[in-house]
Amino acid sequence: MLPRRYLPAVSALMLGAMSVSAHAATIQITMENLVISPAEASAKVGDTIEWGNKDILAHTATARNGDWDVTMPPKKTVTLVLKKAGTVEYYCRFHPNMKATLVVAP
Amino acid sequence: MVVRLSAAIAAVCLLSSAAIAQGAKPTDPQIAHIAYTAGVIDIAAAKQALAKTGNKDVKAFAEDMVRDHEAVNKQALDLVKKLNVKPEDNDTSRTLSKNAADKLAELGKLKGAEFDKAYAANEVAYHKAVDSALETLLIPSANNAELKSLLQTGLKIFQGHEQHAEHVAASLK
Repeated sequence: MLPRRYLPAVSALMLGAMSVSAHAATIQITMENLVISPAEASAKVGDTIEWGNKDILAHTATARNGDWDVTMPPKKTVTLVLKKAGTVEYYCRFHPNMKATLVVAP
Repeated sequence: MVVRLSAAIAAVCLLSSAAIAQGAKPTDPQIAHIAYTAGVIDIAAAKQALAKTGNKDVKAFAEDMVRDHEAVNKQALDLVKKLNVKPEDNDTSRTLSKNAADKLAELGKLKGAEFDKAYAANEVAYHKAVDSALETLLIPSANNAELKSLLQTGLKIFQGHEQHAEHVAASLK
């Protein structure tokens, strides 16, 4: 029998999970003419980032802290579900001038 | 340093004077040929670097050059096919190719860090020369809107390469 004091914690967890899925948003970020826009975007854990590469070149979205490294072929859109909170600076490994920041709230 | 600087100046002078030596501004078929040739040259230089370098920054840079210039040249080929334009060889293209062949031979004799430095310095000079030719001559001379737009995209890409090359060159000092 699960002690009663755990129940609020369990239901809070469930509520938490529900609220994440209820509010999960898709944030669109564009890479065009070797510029990432917006240069700073905000999201929450559980949200999906959708990077659209409008260039004829391949790009990457590479987190400086090593959290993720997404490669996007020319004219393709790639998605990533955010799993960790924090402010992540990222760049394109192929074109290191392309830099941006993603602020991920818990 | 003096050698490197004079090489850079020579590259810029050769490119712009050869282009201007034609007097009249280049036609679209000539512009397409020049732009394509410039890409082929940088791909060849990058392949030489990939075969010779042991430096990971130089290798990554050279891989970027192959990937990007092949992508741009593919677009250029698709565009000339679509527009039914036949790229036309010309003095600027010939001068570019001749200089590039000389440069490949010169760099071919170098090894290790000497090669890396010379390759990076030449990439800075070469992209500067190409960017300047695009900005002052090729883009303003292009008649076809799609060709002009591709050249403008190319300029943005190559300006990025120029900065990337400068970064690599600085890291090798």
